[in-house]
Amino acid sequence: MKETVLEVKDLVTTFKSADGPLPAVRGASFSVKKGETLCIVGESGCGKSITALSIMGLLPSNGMIADGSIYFNQRNLAEMSPKQMQKVRGNDVSMIFQEPMTALNPVFTIGFQIREPLMIHLKLSKKQAHMRGIELLRMVGIPSPVERMNQFPHELSGGMRQRVMIAIALSCNPSLLIADEPTTALDVTIQAQIIDLLNDLKEQLDMSMIMITHDMGVVAEIADRVIVMYAGEIIEEGRVEEIFENPQHPYTKGLLASVPNVDDPEFDLKPIAGSMPMLNEQISGCRFHPRCPYAFDKCMEKSPKTFHVTDKQSVRCWLQEEGVEQNGGRRASSL
Amino acid sequence: MAGLVVRRVFQLVLLLIGISFIVFMSMHIAPGDPASIIGGPTATQEDVEAIRENLGLNEPLLAQYFDYLKGIFAGDLGFSYQTKQAVSEAIIDRFPNTLNLAIASIIVAIVIGVTAGIISALKHNTWFDGLSTIIALGGISIPNFWLGAILILIFAVNLQWFPVGGLTEPFWTVEGMKQLALPAITLGTGSAAMIARMSRSAMLEVIRADYVRTARAKGVRERTVIMMHCLRNAMIPVITVIGLNFGFLLGGTIITESVFAINGVGRLMIESIAARDFPMVQGSVLLVATLFVLVNLIVDIVYAFIDPRISYE
Repeated sequence: MKETVLEVKDLVTTFKSADGPLPAVRGASFSVKKGETLCIVGESGCGKSITALSIMGLLPSNGMIADGSIYFNQRNLAEMSPKQMQKVRGNDVSMIFQEPMTALNPVFTIGFQIREPLMIHLKLSKKQAHMRGIELLRMVGIPSPVERMNQFPHELSGGMRQRVMIAIALSCNPSLLIADEPTTALDVTIQAQIIDLLNDLKEQLDMSMIMITHDMGVVAEIADRVIVMYAGEIIEEGRVEEIFENPQHPYTKGLLASVPNVDDPEFDLKPIAGSMPMLNEQISGCRFHPRCPYAFDKCMEKSPKTFHVTDKQSVRCWLQEEGVEQNGGRRASSL
Repeated sequence: MAGLVVRRVFQLVLLLIGISFIVFMSMHIAPGDPASIIGGPTATQEDVEAIRENLGLNEPLLAQYFDYLKGIFAGDLGFSYQTKQAVSEAIIDRFPNTLNLAIASIIVAIVIGVTAGIISALKHNTWFDGLSTIIALGGISIPNFWLGAILILIFAVNLQWFPVGGLTEPFWTVEGMKQLALPAITLGTGSAAMIARMSRSAMLEVIRADYVRTARAKGVRERTVIMMHCLRNAMIPVITVIGLNFGFLLGGTIITESVFAINGVGRLMIESIAARDFPMVQGSVLLVATLFVLVNLIVDIVYAFIDPRISYE
């Protein structure tokens, strides 16, 4: 059994608002093992990015971790002071972001930006950091890295900039890399390259990775385990094969059905009806029930508990309870 | 970069021709006859005619203008009707005082404005932010002559910390700095307020930028995040405001120089207008216009150094 690198327990992240705190993450628990890639999937606004920012301690100023713990190598990040977090960020835990076009500082050279974490965390001299920076750029597949060091971000394409971001994130050999939709803003061909690169580097550096995405194709490509989030809650979790071959939650099924399948001419794209509830929306019972075609009375009354399908796969859905017919839902029968 | 400078200098020449024309014409069309002012109240009609003939004021207006223009290109701005001193000489005499005052004022404005702006942005929506907004609004609204008079009353007359007026000592001496302090504060307040507002909004925008989050994600110290990653980006729009304000300060010292009895170009200009000393007024206005354009050129060059995305090739 591999050791656990990250253990998030009952994480609640809220945002201040005029009407009181708005919960964006509602009691999420999960763990990441050494060398493992965990994918967090869900629609925009489901709380997946906020979960990542909570781990990094990079929540916007109106956001806060209201409850729960984030154990990283036996230390609770949620209780660390800003100063202690500075030593963890970019060093033990790194993050790359969705928008490579805006994620690099436009007024500093690539060299300056890649040297920074090396000089801060590894205490390298400027010269050593420069040499290491060139190596890192070469490692992420950037041609003529020596020249690139003196260039500014606007002189690089989006794909190149994302490679630079990856080089910066990996500069101090982190044990955990969080990638927040790193390919969403890129061309399809570049997307595949970046995913392959991340996969290779993960193996090479033996680190763990949390990949946040809404692209099921990316999940299939890279994940060991998958977490499905909906409206701030984790509703299903399992190994990637389990999630793709035997999804249990109606929402997970819906997500998979809304991915086009070009191999199957009979395939009919089925969007999930309705849209994600607002953060402040009060929904009794299961938060997915207004959109769920199988919802029955209990779903509206009580929040579902976690049911274990296999030892790795678990799901929060009342349909799992014994005695409930999968298609016996009130709405499904009335359709 | 060289292309930019050449282009700008060419534009400057055209601009100065235009300005010289407007100033020349407005001075000559405006009521008030320099010849009768020079002659004084006792002069006869013949005396005045003789003076007018002597100054060339009897020539057709356009002919006078072209004569003047030819002079400018030869570096000759003419002679004062009043003192017979060469205009260029008079300006060179007075300009250092104006320049000292403008530089001291812009330093006051930058130090106060940028600091207040950054703190306001970092303490967004707190009492400090509110207070600095109110003070900035006051700073923009308060007229110079009033602020100058009040400062003199409090700090020069009552407390006697600073002299009432004059700028006679060099600025690097304690006495000189004391003489500069009140006029620099008077003149710099309005600019400080504008710079503060601009710094605040630029900083607020930059603080939320993705690359600032990246810097934090790298584990950069908060102070370095603000002073390096944020400030350099936030300064790009602020530089424009500083440049514009410095241009205004160089030309807009008339009131402050008068209030504090400083012998600068501003006072020269206002005295010359009163005396209908056409060459002196024209010379001073041309100087102010030239400086304004040059300051803007410098701002554009500084841009390219701060923001690598800007290139003038």
